[in-house]
Amino acid sequence: MTASSVPVPQTAGDGVMVRADAVSRKLGGLQVLDGVSIEVRTGEVVCFIGPSGAGKTTFLRTVNHLEGLDSGTLTVNGRVIGYRQERGRQVEESQKEIAKQRQEIGFVFQHFNLYPHMTAAENVWHGPARVKGVPRDEAKQRAMELLTRVGLADKADAHPINLSGGQQQRVAIARALAMRPVLMLFDEPTSALDPEMVGEVLAVMRELAEENMTMLVVTHEMGFAREVADRVVIMDAGRIVEVGPPDQVFNAPQSERTRDFLSKVL
Amino acid sequence: MHDVLASGLQFDSDFFWQSLLHPTRPFLRGLWRTVYISVIAQAAAVVLGLGIAQMRRSRLGVWRGIAGFYIWIIRGTPLLVQLIIVYNGLAAVGVYSFSDVSIGRLTFPGVIQAAVITLAVNESAYMAEIIRAGIESVHKGQTEAALAGGMTNRQAMRWIILPQALRFIVPPLGNNFNSMMKTTSILSVIGVDELFLNAQAVSSTTFRTFEVFIAAALYYLLLTTVWSVVQTWIEGRLNADVGLVRPPSLLQRLFGGGRATPPTDTLAVAAPEAR
Repeated sequence: MTASSVPVPQTAGDGVMVRADAVSRKLGGLQVLDGVSIEVRTGEVVCFIGPSGAGKTTFLRTVNHLEGLDSGTLTVNGRVIGYRQERGRQVEESQKEIAKQRQEIGFVFQHFNLYPHMTAAENVWHGPARVKGVPRDEAKQRAMELLTRVGLADKADAHPINLSGGQQQRVAIARALAMRPVLMLFDEPTSALDPEMVGEVLAVMRELAEENMTMLVVTHEMGFAREVADRVVIMDAGRIVEVGPPDQVFNAPQSERTRDFLSKVL
Repeated sequence: MHDVLASGLQFDSDFFWQSLLHPTRPFLRGLWRTVYISVIAQAAAVVLGLGIAQMRRSRLGVWRGIAGFYIWIIRGTPLLVQLIIVYNGLAAVGVYSFSDVSIGRLTFPGVIQAAVITLAVNESAYMAEIIRAGIESVHKGQTEAALAGGMTNRQAMRWIILPQALRFIVPPLGNNFNSMMKTTSILSVIGVDELFLNAQAVSSTTFRTFEVFIAAALYYLLLTTVWSVVQTWIEGRLNADVGLVRPPSLLQRLFGGGRATPPTDTLAVAAPEAR
């Protein structure tokens, strides 16, 4: 996995935001992840594509430890996620520590998973106020700013049930951003949306990318990947089969499996 | 008494209205006991039940086993038998004998302590299953969203899961509380001076059994009706919490009320099932 040819902004440390090293995971007797290694640099947007069952979503979920690892290591911003060394062995971190690590990693779900018993605004400020202890007024003000940014200031007092799918997903993005993450993970953020709502969500994501947010995006939106991604990762059967800038991957794929997959979806 | 039985219908309406509209002091005291015993026992049962529900959901088999065993025993034996074991049985074998406790000017008779504890323990087994079912009815994505947002399991339960589970818990809880208020009548067997025992006392001195018990029945009906109103209000609040307005009306609730908005449907809209 060579680094991208696209210039990315340099920040603290070695400029690497996510480093996966031989990440493996078995679920229900199936090797869902089979030695996945990749480095994602700060500010980079990496799209993960591939057939269903390839392990894209599972990989994304290991990055914030919603899914554990059987072997390999995963670091975000230089910190090992979910595990610590104890007498030479990897043991799972305490719940509290894992929760802390997750606070700086935003996650956007396919099915939004907004909290239905809270308004849009409360969905956004709840985390900062309750989990991080930001003063409530400050958290509420920032929630309004974020809702304005995703174009939903007028829906602040609406409950998720009264929002469209596209609006719910934009609130979900605002909710993740409210925690001031250093990394955003998107798990098929537009797959559950009606076609006419895909654009509004992608527009918000594109804007985020332009602001140099580091983003890992599992998606079937080839247009988005081609246009916004710095690199595209093709996965199949729990492995990365090809990585490269979108131009190269889409126009001159190196691997037979990439060609096979692209011929079916493009 | 013989001529009363011999002379056909002997409904003493004066006595009936007297009992209903001008209840005696002991009768009112009995009614009050029925209310507070039910409320305290139900509240304690919810707290206990929440703990047992969490044990049932524990990752450790030991906890699950203990909770399962508790529920099996409690739900598998009659309340009446449990009452007598706790109040009379424990004293008979010299394990524990309930005695009056005074806190300031309030006195809690031993028999009422035994009654509240037994009702609470009995009800907790049912509440545990209701609460567990409620928690498990909340979409799995909600826990994931909470954890991904940096909450610990405990925070996720407190802020995200339980508030939503309430929508599933309140309707069956309300049913159980309705039963609880009526079930307090069996406390008379250990001598708790509540509504039923009072009615029985009056009936055995006046022989106006029918009038007295119709009046008592109406008082039980009053209690359960008031509770229906309260429950409807709570459910309306919970619906408003998820942005639904249109709680079932009181008439719907009391007389053949279907629920206007079943919780499962509404949550499915907010969080569609994966695949």
